[in-house]
Amino acid sequence: MADKATVRVFRGNEEGGEFKEYEVETYTGMVVLDAIHEIQAKQAPDLAVRWNCKAGRCGSCSAEVNGKPRLMCMTRMSHFPEGEPITVTPMRTFPIIKDLVTDVSFNYEMAKKIPPFKPRPRDADGHWRMQQYDIDRIQEFRKCIECFLCQNVCHVLRDHDKKKEFAGPRFFIHLATLEMHPLDTVDRRQMMKDDFGLGLCNITKCCTEVCPEHIQITDNGIIPIKERVADDNYDPVRWLLSKFSGKKKKSLPVIQSTPGDAGAATIKSKKKTA
Amino acid sequence: MTEKNFETHEHDVLVIGAGGAGLRAAIEASAMGLSVGLICKSLLGKAHTVMAEGGVAAALGNVESRDNWRVHFRDTMKGGRYLNQWRMAQLHAQEAPDRVNELEEWGALFDRTADGRILQRNFGGHTYPRLAHVGDRTGLEMIRTLQQHGIHTGMHVYMECTLTRLFTDGERVTGCFGYWRENGKFVVFKTKAIVMASGGIGRIFKINSNSWECTGDGQALAYLAGAELMDMEFMQFHPTGMVWPPSVRGTLITEGVRGEGGTLRNKDGKRIMFGYIPELYAGDTAQTEEEADTWLQDSAKGIASKAKRTPDLLPRDIVARAIHTEVKAGRGSPHGGVFLDIATRRSAEDIKKKLPAMYHQFMELGDVDITKEPMEVGPTGHYTMGGIKVDSDTQESRVKGLFAAGECAAGMHGSNRLGGNSLSDLLVFGRIAGAHAGKYAKSVQAKELDKGAIQEAEKEALSPFDHAEGPNPFALHEDLMNQMQKYVGIMRNAEDLASGMKELERLKFSLGKVAVSGPRHYNSAWHEAIDMRNMLIVSEAMAKAAAQRKESRGGHAREDFSEMDKEHFAKVNIVLRRGKNGEMELEEVPLPPVPDEIKKVLEEKE
Repeated sequence: MADKATVRVFRGNEEGGEFKEYEVETYTGMVVLDAIHEIQAKQAPDLAVRWNCKAGRCGSCSAEVNGKPRLMCMTRMSHFPEGEPITVTPMRTFPIIKDLVTDVSFNYEMAKKIPPFKPRPRDADGHWRMQQYDIDRIQEFRKCIECFLCQNVCHVLRDHDKKKEFAGPRFFIHLATLEMHPLDTVDRRQMMKDDFGLGLCNITKCCTEVCPEHIQITDNGIIPIKERVADDNYDPVRWLLSKFSGKKKKSLPVIQSTPGDAGAATIKSKKKTA
Repeated sequence: MTEKNFETHEHDVLVIGAGGAGLRAAIEASAMGLSVGLICKSLLGKAHTVMAEGGVAAALGNVESRDNWRVHFRDTMKGGRYLNQWRMAQLHAQEAPDRVNELEEWGALFDRTADGRILQRNFGGHTYPRLAHVGDRTGLEMIRTLQQHGIHTGMHVYMECTLTRLFTDGERVTGCFGYWRENGKFVVFKTKAIVMASGGIGRIFKINSNSWECTGDGQALAYLAGAELMDMEFMQFHPTGMVWPPSVRGTLITEGVRGEGGTLRNKDGKRIMFGYIPELYAGDTAQTEEEADTWLQDSAKGIASKAKRTPDLLPRDIVARAIHTEVKAGRGSPHGGVFLDIATRRSAEDIKKKLPAMYHQFMELGDVDITKEPMEVGPTGHYTMGGIKVDSDTQESRVKGLFAAGECAAGMHGSNRLGGNSLSDLLVFGRIAGAHAGKYAKSVQAKELDKGAIQEAEKEALSPFDHAEGPNPFALHEDLMNQMQKYVGIMRNAEDLASGMKELERLKFSLGKVAVSGPRHYNSAWHEAIDMRNMLIVSEAMAKAAAQRKESRGGHAREDFSEMDKEHFAKVNIVLRRGKNGEMELEEVPLPPVPDEIKKVLEEKE
């Protein structure tokens, strides 16, 4: 392993800025966030960066490393070719506050617009019975750490800046969670189309590729809700029946990813839930 | 009249901290129709609660029908070596099941039993499988559920805002002062009641599992405002932190690994915990590997086992000290820990299903495939049992209108917290604190803030910019972490503690000269300088209380007093407060008397 690495960091704000080069000493297992902290502690004390858990759980340290959206705490320095500088820039889709910190408030505003979960009444004995296989798929979505890398990379937001009419992949999987939740009673299908711009997604799967939790955002989340919105054509009786029978509308294939290998996915058929 | 230069916000109840306890308190106060402000140092949903892995302890009785609040209460008191405030432990055990069920009402999806109810798993010190969980990401599920419910209740969330002072009129709390990270501008909050829910203090140790936020802000702010701190000597070193590579040293490995059958071994491959079973737990702990494994197999199948529990699941303080001892005796792993083996105990498929985050974490950060190789683990600074002293029924501190809940409050866990009891703690006491803060806010009028106090707070916050040259705040923090690790760490003695206190004095002096430059706009060095004041206060409180407690108990171990005292120190909590001249005063306060009906519960046998 090299003893030293050069890190090029964007320094500036919304009005502009420049890349500054820093040399850091490297050590076994070092991640990009360690390098940023080294720079902050010894060379540029006012360097701005967000982080919290440093274990890939909180989704705070999102940035673009050599142009690829990543969590800095989960990106090993040894991942990059020795001797070549590593470039770290803030997420491009959101306005820059300072250096690597961006204004992600769009996401928090969007979260507020989604009508919250509203469960059906409990069973007579006070429990809610749900089978594990009925919630496996939504538990996958609930792994989301809100790093907003999917929002950052989605071209509808990144290139076309449709923040007013498009909720983005993070919120589509939230909507999918609510839609597929065995207990929920709210119909959000019209909103998905009209207010959250589900139709604007053209399934390029960029979001899935960058998800650090390896959630199959497009295949397991967005495509099924797109189909529900289209298929059911707002037939309230059919929708209601499906909610209360506890059955899924379709036995869709569930694509399971292998951690560390977002690209390679295997298709397993979903257990019948009836 | 508050200063015109400052942005001012007014609320009935202000909640400081947006982890589980803060969110739960804010939800409760909002439901009372009050105006609630929720302040967090980071973005919403990033608080340290997300790191909680193994589960939330509640005697639901879904997996083991014999479980009930009495058993949970007894386990909690025993785990805390009876230094807990009994009333808090009782409320906690009684209310935890309702709080967990309530989360389900708000959309949480816990793993299920075969008959579709909430599944529960085994954990250290809990007699029965008691932890409701979602794989090894329970904290994330909880914070997301509370967050998604909370944002629709009308509360106002202030993100990336750090508070530096609370205001009182000498008797009751009136507001607080802070800055926005984004632009460095100051902000003043006027309020009738405050719920402090600011979390822990782990960043005072070199090896810790905590995020940058855990700098003891709430404890220090409350202390400076006149509240008392209690049990500050009790620091939980979680037995299983990563030890290699250096980049991730201290990062948490869930106790769930041992709950799923993982065992601790030394370099000779010997299972170490059989040599460290204390008298208090001898009666219900297996003495042989066969018995321990029978218990694990039975409980995995949901059978009430006749075998006794595996010693790998003894309370955390015991396991952490065992690892420390093994390493010191030269029987450790190559990088100064011991081995935690799940690979030979469970199938690769089970491991990936039950411990996905652990698998991922080791694969990506440690180059270790835990389905094939053992992990190297060692103790890591994790949780403080001490904190703001509160009334057991209302969570109010001795400053009127100032409440505290979650990790920053003291009393619930005594000298050692059981795994899973923090997630239930924050739900139960978050709700109670929110409810009582709301009730109090309804009974009083807001008070005008003292102009002079605001100016003082501003001056204090800006003081790091006064010096053109001086110590670097990051270097000071590093220095503090090293001193605390060395002198006030997992094994303490009188001499080390005295040295530690001397070092803290030196650091306090250095902090007075700290120099920060550049604009106030998201200036990390400035933020670090401000946090250092708080870290020094809680460090001093810990060192002082540790020197006073001449025994070993729970999260406080002394080489020079290695036994648990059955007399004097079994009956007192150590309380610290700010004296008239700004010095830290210490007092031993007798434990509240335990009523007879509670004594009876403590004596019951399973």
